[in-house]
Amino acid sequence: MSVEAREARQPWILLSPALTAVALLLIVPLCFIVVYSFWLRTATGADQPGFFLDNWAEALTDPFYRDILINTLKIAAITTLVCALMGYPSAYFIARSNGNKAILLLLLMLPFWISYIIRTMSWINILGVSGALNSFLLWTGIISEPLQMLYNQATVILGLVHFLLPFMILNIFVSLDGIDVTLEDAANSLGATRWESFLQVTLPLSLPGLAAGGLLCFVLGAGTYITPLVLGGPRDAMFANLVFEAIITQLNWPLGSALSLMLLVVLGLLVAIYNRYLGMAQLMKGLG
Amino acid sequence: MSSVILRNVVKRFHKFTAVHKTSLEIPDGAFVTLLGPSGCGKTTNLRMIAGLLDPSEGEILIGGKAVNNVPIHKRNLGIVFQNYALFPHKTVAENVAFGLKYRNVPKAEIAGRVQKALDLVQLPHVGARYPKALSGGQQQRIALARAIVIEPDVLLLDEPLSALDANLREDMRVELKRIQDQIGVTTVFVTHDQSEALAMSDSIVVMSAGRVEQMGSPDEVYNNPASEFVANFLGASNILPAQCSTRGADGAVLELAPFGKVPIPAEKAQRLSDAGPAKLVLRAEKLQVLPQGAAPEGVITTPATVETVDYQGQTVRYFLRLGDRQLQAINMIDDKPFEEGAAVQIGFRPKDCSALPGEAE
Ligand SMILES: Nc1ncnc2c1ncn2[C@@H]1O[C@H](COP(=O)(O)OP(=O)(O)OP(=O)(O)O)[C@@H](O)[C@H]1O
Ligand SMILES: [Mg+2]
Repeated sequence: MSVEAREARQPWILLSPALTAVALLLIVPLCFIVVYSFWLRTATGADQPGFFLDNWAEALTDPFYRDILINTLKIAAITTLVCALMGYPSAYFIARSNGNKAILLLLLMLPFWISYIIRTMSWINILGVSGALNSFLLWTGIISEPLQMLYNQATVILGLVHFLLPFMILNIFVSLDGIDVTLEDAANSLGATRWESFLQVTLPLSLPGLAAGGLLCFVLGAGTYITPLVLGGPRDAMFANLVFEAIITQLNWPLGSALSLMLLVVLGLLVAIYNRYLGMAQLMKGLG
Repeated sequence: MSSVILRNVVKRFHKFTAVHKTSLEIPDGAFVTLLGPSGCGKTTNLRMIAGLLDPSEGEILIGGKAVNNVPIHKRNLGIVFQNYALFPHKTVAENVAFGLKYRNVPKAEIAGRVQKALDLVQLPHVGARYPKALSGGQQQRIALARAIVIEPDVLLLDEPLSALDANLREDMRVELKRIQDQIGVTTVFVTHDQSEALAMSDSIVVMSAGRVEQMGSPDEVYNNPASEFVANFLGASNILPAQCSTRGADGAVLELAPFGKVPIPAEKAQRLSDAGPAKLVLRAEKLQVLPQGAAPEGVITTPATVETVDYQGQTVRYFLRLGDRQLQAINMIDDKPFEEGAAVQIGFRPKDCSALPGEAE
């Protein structure tokens, strides 16, 4: 075997355990779901194997599903934007702090020690009718009746931001931390103010991290069902809730499969479009 | 172009003083090198001149104007960083053009000036490439082009050659000096490499532990070191305890056992104020190793033994035993070097020595 051929094979050999896991745990179940989505649930409650397009017709034509899909993407987009705006300054602060970087990163990880569900539920104790904020406002006399702050779109976004912000900060931090600080010094020495050198040098060089963080937040946000379940009202269901509903509550596996594949395809498409830009950003990072 | 003056500048980091009270005057158009071992405060001084660090005390003047309160982006300095600090996401041409954008240079003029700078560093064809696609030496030249294209008042270079390999380093040294001569900009160069400093500078500032040990021309600091530290930092020197018997207008006479009386010329005995304990500084290249019995004219000699021979091609370095002390000599190889263990005659000319005050015993 030639050296080239051996070198070409080596990555695949190293990847094989991971590829096996991906194949068994992801590809195979996915194939089951694809097959399932063409089955049909009969009136008796049993699934009828076959090739029926009924589930797909329902999923693709019912405006109910379409509206919720659009709403889901909107919530994920807003969450991502809020995370980016809130995360960038924090990441910048951590990356530029001398000495206590390790402690700040540890603090950033701290929320992961508590279950995501419990973290989400904690907002009920803060914003609920008898929660901390209402109690405080009542005590100060600013309000005389407790405010209904929970169970709307805003609290869903709040919960998602709470959940996803550390991912965003971490991603931005990693790329900011890799930027040589003397680049900013160089820009300053050439006549750029601190703000100008940030815009010209630091921001473009940190875009890969921002892009990766954004993608992660968007995909995780669009696929979530716990946050809207805990913090959303009846009209704030997100697409994953429909899948949950169909499979767990109605036991309609074929429809649930079709719906989840639909979400998968939409997110996959968005990722593919996004990847064109992310790919370019990665290229720039490769240059650096 | 402008002179740079440091007046009683002190820099402290918390409790640690990195630069002790330093006063320096760098004349307009001069090439001045800050030389010293790692951690002696060279970069700190340079960063204070640049405006990247604020001095804790004292004043910095550029072109006669105090700049303590002038932020870095208004100082009009060209800085070349040790790691070049080229912007990886911009092409070479964009890198070089960066400073021009902030100087209201008309767009039409920018390309021409960038090209001229690239020509000056002899890389006229790399404008469209990214820094990653250049070798270390080429990146170094682009960093220089970027710094000089803005026509800075002062050029600051922090060990710009240290990342290059030895051969390239010598080429770049010549190149850098040629460019500096051509544009005549006041230049402050930081290095811990003594041969670099000696080869390039109009004037060398030798630093140690945050203090200036000596400032002078390369010849001065090399041949007439102001302290034991300077004598040892710039090449190898033998520093021998002696006794000054007479100190007059025409020099000093040192009693050096077992050589005898050594008359030191006036300009090399300036630092010796009175008769008393003294030190004789003798560079290793000035200590001659001679065959037994030889006594050339004007050379004070004494017998010694060769302990170690360190053959270096053109030259040879001897470690010699003289009583209870070891001396170093670096001699050109004439015919064949002496062998280890050989009994020889060592000697030097008094005018090659300089004198420093010694510690009272
Ligand atoms: N930001 C800082 N905080 C604390 N101490 C510092 C800081 N910057 C430098 N120092 C200390 O000041 C001293 C001088 O540092 P400086 O960088 O000027 O040395 P240098 O002469 O440039 O050395 P080298 O040749 O290794 O670059 C060092 O002891 C260093 O540890
Ligand atoms: Mg340094």
